[in-house]
Amino acid sequence: MKTDEALLAYTLRLADNALILSQRMVELVAAEPELEEELANANFALDFIGQARMLYTRAGELEGLGRSEDDLAFTRDEHEFRNLLLLEQPNGHFGDALVRQFLFEAFYVHLLDALTRCSDKGLSEIAARAIKEVKYHFRHNSLWLLRLGDGTELSHERVQQSLDDAWRYTGEMFVADEIDAVVQDQFDGPDLVEIQKLWRRDVENTVREATLKLPEDQWMASGGKQGQHSEHLGFLLAEMQYLQRSFPGATW
Amino acid sequence: MVAATIDKAQVHEWLAEVLDPEVPALSIVDLGIVREVEVSAADVVTVTLTPTYSGCPATEVIETSVTEALNSRGIGNVCIKRVLSPPWTTDWITAEGREKLRRYGIAPPSPSLTIACPQCESLNTERVSEFGSTACKASWRCCDCLEPFEYFKCL
Repeated sequence: MKTDEALLAYTLRLADNALILSQRMVELVAAEPELEEELANANFALDFIGQARMLYTRAGELEGLGRSEDDLAFTRDEHEFRNLLLLEQPNGHFGDALVRQFLFEAFYVHLLDALTRCSDKGLSEIAARAIKEVKYHFRHNSLWLLRLGDGTELSHERVQQSLDDAWRYTGEMFVADEIDAVVQDQFDGPDLVEIQKLWRRDVENTVREATLKLPEDQWMASGGKQGQHSEHLGFLLAEMQYLQRSFPGATW
Repeated sequence: MVAATIDKAQVHEWLAEVLDPEVPALSIVDLGIVREVEVSAADVVTVTLTPTYSGCPATEVIETSVTEALNSRGIGNVCIKRVLSPPWTTDWITAEGREKLRRYGIAPPSPSLTIACPQCESLNTERVSEFGSTACKASWRCCDCLEPFEYFKCL
């Protein structure tokens, strides 16, 4: 694989992660259990949309075909999306959505940190901007995990189930393929083996403090990074892309 | 050789009148998001701006306001450049900007854990919510004068 193709594919994966997670969070707007969380969720979703926009714009530049951020977000099909399976999973209940974000952001913080040192200026600058936001998301989500895990018997039981259910989607984050390898070797990109250690340490610490149990090693689902998605992504895209699909090029 | 007829310092002054649409107490210069102003020999004015938060919805509005403000002063050729590096933090807000925030009723960003009430200056305040009406603010309340107020969070 050519290095410029790998960099483009890598940037699109990051953009898709940010967009798909933000779309899931947008579904929760006006449905949070309390006002503070309502504001937090909307603000965090906005951070991810902003990151997605910068990443899609960068991908469009790398691609060189004149596609804009909107073209990349709204006119690609399901099999062209390269986001992690974890992020497209339905919101479920409050604990499910929280655990999904907690597990992803524990990874994303370290990934962005490594990307601030990569040799592609476009990516390193976006990472430096984004990490400031993702750090406080992670802090906030960790506090919620503590509250639910170390809360009532019912909240403990339910969030443990959320953790057990989401676990099978975490393996994919750390399986390096050719694209990851080229970005690591040619652009001083992230080393996923190192990032997995940091992720495991952070997740384990918070999970233990929340009096929860880390799920056992098990079979891990994968394929999102290669465009093989669960049945949920198509429905998400159908809603998200509706306007541009029905009225191509519509603006206001 | 054609020389520029537009004065850079003057452009700066005009930019200092462009307000942040979400915190209209502050100009974009107070906020610290104007990184550079260049005037080319052909009188093309290039203004380099940086976004605050990635998803700040004010970014586009600010870019349009800058173009409009300079157009209205007779500068026909305005170019807006967006840079990300170094990333904006609240440290970029000027001392004057902090004072304007306080007078407007928003507690300016502070590394300290105690936030002074912008109304009565009491330090007997408490956080109501870490999140507020925009990504950059938290909601607080003063336990002495009992006024609710917004706090511009450190980033």
